[in-house]
Amino acid sequence: MLTKRIIPCLDIKDGRTVKGTNFVNLRDAGDPVELGALYAQQGADELVFLDITATVEKRKTLSELANRISHHINIPFTVGGGISSVQDVNVLLQNGADKISVNTAAFKQPQLISELANEFGSQCVVLAIDTRKEDDGEWYVYLNGGRTKTDTRCEDWAKQAVDLGAGEILLTSMNHDGTKQGFALDITKTLSVQLPVPVIASGGGGSMQHFVTVFEEGKADAALAASIFHFKEISIPELKQYLFSKAIEVRM
Amino acid sequence: MNLVIIKYNAGNIQSVLYALERIGAEAKVTDDIFEIQQADKVIFPGVGEASSAMRYLKERGLDKVIKELKQPVLGICLGMQLMCRYSEENDVECLGIFDEDVKYFGKSALANHTFKIPQIGWNNIYDLKTPLFNNIPQNSYTYFVHSYYAALGSHTIATTNYILPYSSALHKTNFYGVQFHPEKSADTGERILQNFITL
Repeated sequence: MLTKRIIPCLDIKDGRTVKGTNFVNLRDAGDPVELGALYAQQGADELVFLDITATVEKRKTLSELANRISHHINIPFTVGGGISSVQDVNVLLQNGADKISVNTAAFKQPQLISELANEFGSQCVVLAIDTRKEDDGEWYVYLNGGRTKTDTRCEDWAKQAVDLGAGEILLTSMNHDGTKQGFALDITKTLSVQLPVPVIASGGGGSMQHFVTVFEEGKADAALAASIFHFKEISIPELKQYLFSKAIEVRM
Repeated sequence: MNLVIIKYNAGNIQSVLYALERIGAEAKVTDDIFEIQQADKVIFPGVGEASSAMRYLKERGLDKVIKELKQPVLGICLGMQLMCRYSEENDVECLGIFDEDVKYFGKSALANHTFKIPQIGWNNIYDLKTPLFNNIPQNSYTYFVHSYYAALGSHTIATTNYILPYSSALHKTNFYGVQFHPEKSADTGERILQNFITL
């Protein structure tokens, strides 16, 4: 059976792993390649490397990192941050990235998604959405690492992006990110049951039970977390063992 | 040993090259017909779309070259699918090395959203045959990313279940194909690549 995936996310700034709470107050947690290799060895199913400063600072130095990662790591990895053209993606894939994630640039120019899907296939196009639930009870899309609100509903954008060729959705709830109080089950489930592509839930994972819940109730295909892994609050082997004991299909 | 990776317009070639480097094997990435023919082992990788890949191979005469190779050949993902007879992906005749056809996982599965397409992630391989799977336990996990699958047939040497049981590996004479990505399948994948190299 296809397993649920556990995906550590390494946020990168200046070539180092960082993780903020609600996207501010960054903390340093080490060399991304070394850390990624450790996670792979421990049984992580995939890795995501996000250059969190790239969109704002227009940096495009990810290809060098992708190259180092693919020389040292034997599981799939996604690279994101500031990707805005077919050429950007081509360079990253040439350097060994398996998938790329697009966010702000894709929202501003949705045809980027179809261009990427046509050129490289949907399987390598991950649409990252940062979303926040507002007082009106609706989930809205945010851009630029959560700094800019839009009037577009998360659900609508996700559907449009999948129609354009996005092969996977990486959904981050800004309400939950950094809280360690659990994932956003409602919006995760909404997207996962409505969309034909896998949904990766992100933001809020703080206990092993939260992962059980996001798979069972949130219907997520994969769950992503950062600081709980980086700061060894939960170890991947322990988490997988726990999920296995709760009858959730995982790769042991 | 002279190991060659066929270069064409389908991604993940670097990933395969780096995976081989990790297990201490040197490979050359080339689309030179002579170099491919002279190699001891040939890897035919690929991620992408079947009809444009076939067009590219035909334009360069690589289609005939691949079919006539006598040394061990390993097709990976799209590479394996292109070695089949026909693909539903934009309705294209493929190399016809394996008799099996490549089909879409199906709208019916999508209708109730029980299954996602593409299949992305780790799934088991079982009913393993041939030395390609030496020392690989039944039900080992490998990494898959695909929307089209090769049906079960007489050349099936590994089976995986997603929506239905299908061929996760095929074999005929000197030709091997795997639907999963050994270059991304952790230790299991590296062992399979090692097995291919030592065939």
